[in-house]
Amino acid sequence: MFETFKAKAEAVSGEVHRFSTKDGAVRFILDLLTIEGISDTPKFYALWAECPFLDGLDRRALSEKIPGLKFEVTRTLAADSKIGISQMDWALADTGSLVQDATAIDKRLVSMLPEIHVALLETAKLLPDMASVLTRISPKEASYLSMITGPSRTADIERVLTIGVHGPVRVVIVCVDDMEGTG
Amino acid sequence: MSKLFKQDVNNALENANLAGALTRFSEAYVVSRAKAYEGIDFEALRTRISEIKGYAAGHFGELAEEFTENAEAKGAKVFRANSPEKVRDYILALASEYGVKRVVKSKSMASEEIHLNAHLEKNGISVRETDLGEWIIQLSGQKPSHMVMPAIHLTKEEVADIFSKETGIGNEQQSSEIPRLVKLARDNMRSKFLEADMGISGANMAVAETGTIVMVTNEGNGRMVTTLPKIHVALIGIEKLIPKFADIAPILTALPRSATGQLLTSYVTMITGPVPNTDGSMKDLHIILMDNRRTEMAGDPKFKQALQCIRCASCLNVCPVFRLVGGHVFGHVYTGGIGTILTAWFSEMKKSEEIQGLCIQCGRCREICPAKIDIPGLIVEIRRNLVKGEGQSLAQKTIYAVVNNRKLFHGMLRTAAIAQKPFAKEGFIRHLPSFLSDMTEFRSLPAIAAVPFRDRVKTIRQPATKEKAAFFAGCLIDFAYPEIGEAVIKVLNKAGIGVIFPDDQTCCGAPAHYSGAFDVAAQNAVDNIRALARDDVKYVVSACPTCTAFLKFEFISDLENLSMNQHLAAAQTLSEKTMDFSSFIKRLVDEGRLTLHEGAEAGKITYHDSCHLKRTLKVTRVPRELLRQCGHEISEMFESDICCGMGGSYSLKNPEISSHILKRKLENIKKTGVSCVAMDCPACVLQIRGGFDKEGSGIRVKHTAELLADTLK
Repeated sequence: MFETFKAKAEAVSGEVHRFSTKDGAVRFILDLLTIEGISDTPKFYALWAECPFLDGLDRRALSEKIPGLKFEVTRTLAADSKIGISQMDWALADTGSLVQDATAIDKRLVSMLPEIHVALLETAKLLPDMASVLTRISPKEASYLSMITGPSRTADIERVLTIGVHGPVRVVIVCVDDMEGTG
Repeated sequence: MSKLFKQDVNNALENANLAGALTRFSEAYVVSRAKAYEGIDFEALRTRISEIKGYAAGHFGELAEEFTENAEAKGAKVFRANSPEKVRDYILALASEYGVKRVVKSKSMASEEIHLNAHLEKNGISVRETDLGEWIIQLSGQKPSHMVMPAIHLTKEEVADIFSKETGIGNEQQSSEIPRLVKLARDNMRSKFLEADMGISGANMAVAETGTIVMVTNEGNGRMVTTLPKIHVALIGIEKLIPKFADIAPILTALPRSATGQLLTSYVTMITGPVPNTDGSMKDLHIILMDNRRTEMAGDPKFKQALQCIRCASCLNVCPVFRLVGGHVFGHVYTGGIGTILTAWFSEMKKSEEIQGLCIQCGRCREICPAKIDIPGLIVEIRRNLVKGEGQSLAQKTIYAVVNNRKLFHGMLRTAAIAQKPFAKEGFIRHLPSFLSDMTEFRSLPAIAAVPFRDRVKTIRQPATKEKAAFFAGCLIDFAYPEIGEAVIKVLNKAGIGVIFPDDQTCCGAPAHYSGAFDVAAQNAVDNIRALARDDVKYVVSACPTCTAFLKFEFISDLENLSMNQHLAAAQTLSEKTMDFSSFIKRLVDEGRLTLHEGAEAGKITYHDSCHLKRTLKVTRVPRELLRQCGHEISEMFESDICCGMGGSYSLKNPEISSHILKRKLENIKKTGVSCVAMDCPACVLQIRGGFDKEGSGIRVKHTAELLADTLK
């Protein structure tokens, strides 16, 4: 199922990476932040929204490694960030989609305003298709459900596909097999 | 058709950008759509969708109530409005109450339907469309040319020009590269999102069971409109209501695939009640369920099904006429096939009277509609209502009075055969006097046969046979192409079947039916049923797929429609006996009663699929198999199943459109490099043969029956 998911997500310009442990994922993310020039300057912040992945991680140490990486999410900071990081609840193999209860405003801001969205996913949360997720999520509990399939796109000018309109230009999906551990 | 409308159509036809963009898109669309649907049972899926939406259309009141209850339980405010005025007043009052100055909007066709932007702006509120295409249209002051891609008619240079006027950045500094234009829109729009006091969106679905609204978007503007401003107003037509949360899945499976060939759009957002704002307060969520004649439409037994539409616009994308004229000739909001129907109900009845005439009735949209709406059938229904409401023109009345009187009709055709003499040459009429010249400008017309088939058939000596088939010629074979009828007889005789020609047969009624004159069509049906009701014939064969479709299906439905039930049993009997020529021959070959010239080499040809044969009678492989069996090699043309532009009397009413469609067909035939094209419909023969004659091309245009007969000894 993972291979299908990866193929489908990549077909819509998503980037998919898989790590067996949280450690590996954290190293990858820190490298990405470095490569993208994250620093403590407006427009170059990275915002990491509250999520289970952060449990057990030393946030201060991470921020010290990458100045500009912040864990408090506000509208202004999100608008000034280059990268937003959040954890997804499910993913769908047949369309390469991510599914998230995004009722919390932090989750929405970090996946909406920055140019790059890093989406964390526990590999075991992969489901085959839309129908299987609709039986697992309840709109009664989740007021704002988001499905994200690749970066934002348009074909409105001369019907030429262009990636990156109002939403993110890149979606980097980081799958982690074993979510235990402290990083 | 009014002069002004005709001018609109002609302008559109001459707009190379528009036709180029739409045509390229429609060609690519067919491929990407097919790929997106790989592995999916489309028939099962669209049956499911039509059940869900069909049920909803029958229960709007209950579903709206259930939706309201559930959405309000979650804290949303739901406002149900019947009229556009009430919706506009509600939003304006809300805006005043909260001191709203700036609105950002994501796509909402319902808001376009009620001209919301103009109303808000008149009251001092700035409204920004945030969907890229909608923004371009808003800035340019033009009309959208397509429901899903509103600015498809503009080139990137034109867009750059429009943007530079807005941003004040000089045109020379403004790149017209598309990624740069998109980036400019992103940058320009960002502050608008952050500053806006109110977000207005539409929705693709509204789930009664949970009070959830579902939005399907690609650019990310929908998420911003519903997140950044403190007030969110969702304006939704009640036809977007669906009963259950699980009903979302089939619609989400079809909508992106049918709209853009995507498996899923970049974003699907499901909102149930208010969510936190960025400052920690809770959003003011207002959901407006707008009726605006939808309940009335649901009460109409025929038009109710149009409410099943999920707004994918695939009926635009596959329409041979839409890709030539684009959305500008339609109403302000809803365009294309479904737009013709929705416009009649939701916005401009007057407009729909003009645009209904654009439909050529090729049936291609009916095949791909994910909500299983009989779009061409409903357009004929509009015509029928027009005929009922305003009556036919005197000219039409005269024509139909003639058609309903076989002896007079056929007498006039015989007179015409003599009168045409000054214009006829080598079997064609290539020029007509100026007032009729539209008809022969782009294709020659066949000369009316000096001796019609009904007379020639009496001189054909047929072998004595046990089995008999009645031949239904149809007007074209009878009076223009008797040689096709002779070929049919030759092939059937070879299989040991004698052919009877019942003299009382008359026009099948298709022209009257497609013009909305159902009473005339029904009278044609009754006359033909009588003429063909003979116990001594086992089969009724026609070499015209349109006639076959009428004998087989439309007689019954037209009679039912007019409650002429006393003829239904006989119509049913006729339907069971009726077969199109190729299918009948295939059966005879399969039964071992006829051997085609196996192994012979008859040369390379290409095959044109006629609309009624492929889409009503579902016959595509059979004629190809027969032609191969008698020695032809088939070199397939591009878009073999797209209409040739004939459409019966359509080509007389809309010669400009017809000629453009024909031109493409001729090009596609020529590109195969063959010297002969086969088809099963004499009307397509008329159009395509006439087109090649006008071009002076030597490509032969033949009915399948003629090619089969040629190879028989």
